[in-house]
Amino acid sequence: MKRSEKALGSVANYVDERTGAAKWLKKNLTKVFPDHWSFMLGEICLYSFVILLLSGTFLTFWFDPSQRDVVYNGAYAPLSGVSMSSAYASTLHISFDVRGGLLMRQIHHWAALIFMAAIVAHLFRIFFTGAFRKPREFNWIIGIGLLTFGIVEGFLGYSLPDDLLSGTGIRIAEAIIQALPVVGSYLAFFAFGGPFPGTAFIPRIYTVHVLLLPGLFLALITIHLMLVWYQKHTQFPGPGRTEKNVVGYPLMPVYMAKAGGFFFIVFGVTAFLGAVASINPIWLYGPYTPGQISAGSQPDWYMGWLDGLVRMAPPLETHAFGHTISWNILLPGLILPGILFTGMALYPFIESWVTGDKREHHLLDRPRNAPNRTALGAMSIAFMIISLVNGGNDVIATHFHLTINGIMWFTRFGLFIVPPIVFIITKRICLSLQRADRDLVLHGKETGRLVMLPSGEMVEVHEQLTDAQKWTLTQHQQPDALPAPLPESATRGIKGKLRKRMNQAHSTQIPAPTLSDLKELDHH
Amino acid sequence: MNKFARFRRRKIAGPILVVAALFTIGTAFGMASALPGAQPAATSSTSPLVSQGKAIFLRGCSSCHGLNAEGGAIAPSLIGVGAAAVDFQVGTGRMPMADMSQQAMRKKPVYNADETAALAAYVASLAPGPASVTSESLNWQRDGNIAQGGQLFRTNCAMCHNFAGQGGALTNGKYAPSLMGVEPKYVYEALITGPQSMPKFSDTTITPQEKLSLIAWLQSANQEKNLGGASLGRVGPVTEGLLVWTLGLGLLIGIAVWLAMKAR
Repeated sequence: MKRSEKALGSVANYVDERTGAAKWLKKNLTKVFPDHWSFMLGEICLYSFVILLLSGTFLTFWFDPSQRDVVYNGAYAPLSGVSMSSAYASTLHISFDVRGGLLMRQIHHWAALIFMAAIVAHLFRIFFTGAFRKPREFNWIIGIGLLTFGIVEGFLGYSLPDDLLSGTGIRIAEAIIQALPVVGSYLAFFAFGGPFPGTAFIPRIYTVHVLLLPGLFLALITIHLMLVWYQKHTQFPGPGRTEKNVVGYPLMPVYMAKAGGFFFIVFGVTAFLGAVASINPIWLYGPYTPGQISAGSQPDWYMGWLDGLVRMAPPLETHAFGHTISWNILLPGLILPGILFTGMALYPFIESWVTGDKREHHLLDRPRNAPNRTALGAMSIAFMIISLVNGGNDVIATHFHLTINGIMWFTRFGLFIVPPIVFIITKRICLSLQRADRDLVLHGKETGRLVMLPSGEMVEVHEQLTDAQKWTLTQHQQPDALPAPLPESATRGIKGKLRKRMNQAHSTQIPAPTLSDLKELDHH
Repeated sequence: MNKFARFRRRKIAGPILVVAALFTIGTAFGMASALPGAQPAATSSTSPLVSQGKAIFLRGCSSCHGLNAEGGAIAPSLIGVGAAAVDFQVGTGRMPMADMSQQAMRKKPVYNADETAALAAYVASLAPGPASVTSESLNWQRDGNIAQGGQLFRTNCAMCHNFAGQGGALTNGKYAPSLMGVEPKYVYEALITGPQSMPKFSDTTITPQEKLSLIAWLQSANQEKNLGGASLGRVGPVTEGLLVWTLGLGLLIGIAVWLAMKAR
């Protein structure tokens, strides 16, 4: 044993004797994780969160969260002598007078966009593979919580510089608060410390943005990861993979290296974007004053769908008992998002109620094998994209020479017409893919090689799949093979009938080939 | 005679008579009022520039704007719009219009500088209106204040033309065009004449000096380097979102696929 090894050993021994770390590490460092690219989407979220913490800390060194009036005299000449809030002036200072400040600001903002995009992509992966099923329902809800807080955190973050664009966003947020019946105006006064804009909202937003929400994120992410650790990661089906095991690589050294390396890659990509592409050029927007507005004022993309819904809402208002209820804001700004997010959070329970499936699932579904769920997901994405399109309607109108009214009417109808069409098409594609799988298992791959038999007949040679491939394509349990066909008592009444209908829709599938199918074929 | 008497007693005779009478009176009045309308143009076309302008006008503009620039169903009257409006509309190629779509767009001018000046002189001779300016007469480098111009722009212009003068959408396919690369004199003339959907900014609303500040700010915004890297069109978060979903997440997912592939 070399001297250095000896020294290292004695240090490790010293720590172990006092903490018992060796046993814990031995158990956990060998923990196995399955490998698939889509399992790394969550990692992107985690790493961009770390980048956000680091770059955000840098920005706090110079940012002054105050609406105190100052006259700008910094490096950016087109604004010199202009009166503005200290928050805006200090953001200009970070951008033009602090070394690396603009790069850090851009890294912070790009990281936020990547964070949200990766959360959504991660959510798609979880949804379409059925990874939210028992026992992971709580983690799904935590994930929805992280998504929601992420939207709020991002919105508050880009509102901090107090520029013309973000001030417009704050104004809309105030309008949404005011749209709440009865309590709205009181709440708005409470939140802004008086009439809009006042001088309170930047300092308040700052506290929430740098203290409250990051703390909440840390707590939720910790629980999120601890649950993954405890419940073990799901895996895609394949030979040797069961509901009771996890096939993959140990944390140490394979995953340590991979995950550690991936962190630096995510950081690299974010820094690359921050270095080459401008984001939130607040010096062009100018300082916020309520009397000004720019054409094409949009929120960041993760709020864009909400903005699109508000833009397409018809001008509905009710006057009752001396109060005005602004449905045009209330409906798209609060009620619809409330329904969507509640429905999303409850989806695991809804699906389990519909299918009557109460078993644990550690093997993932291939999306085609759950056609109804996949179609529902595709339908929701279509809904979001249509609202998002209307959120950017003015930019789309000018760049593609369309009329803004035309886009609005298209999305107003499209919001109700396109998602159902997407549902039907997706479901049919899934069923067709199931048929293709069945064909592949029974008849093998078409090789394109034509052989002429002695009789003169021409046949194409089919290459049989390997047993492992056949297993992967046929291992899934099909919905009607569920342990609990719904009992008669559970399908009575409106609720029961609804459940029965949904259950039928959910269990539409092409029968997977069975052993007897294969044997029958062998006889031919 | 018998026939005429029978017709006279029929119910329809009354209304037909009224319509015929109205038609006769209307035609007579129209002819009578059209004649003196033509007089001022005829009398003021003493200068050769004006008569040259009138010739061009009759050839290229009168089919929509009327033989005497009095306007019509599809085009406004040009009496009193002044030389500035003609210089802006014809000089930027907006007039004559390429087609009757929502809005005349900037294109290669149909008439050269001399023809445009003649047209402007003719329209100015019809009634007093704002005179055209030249880029040389606008001393925006000396009298314009960039920061003041920025504030004026955000207060009065950004709502349609976007925060950086990139243009924006208006209703029903109309749009506020991009102001990047627009010559100072056209900016000035647009301000004083209010072309198409644009409001007119009189000298009491925005003083001539403030107009020069606006021009100074626009020039500065036009020449400003993209300080944070690629500008992404200076249209706000829409293109940023597009880039993050395509290049940003695309790169990261691509790398994730590559990392997972290597392990096989």
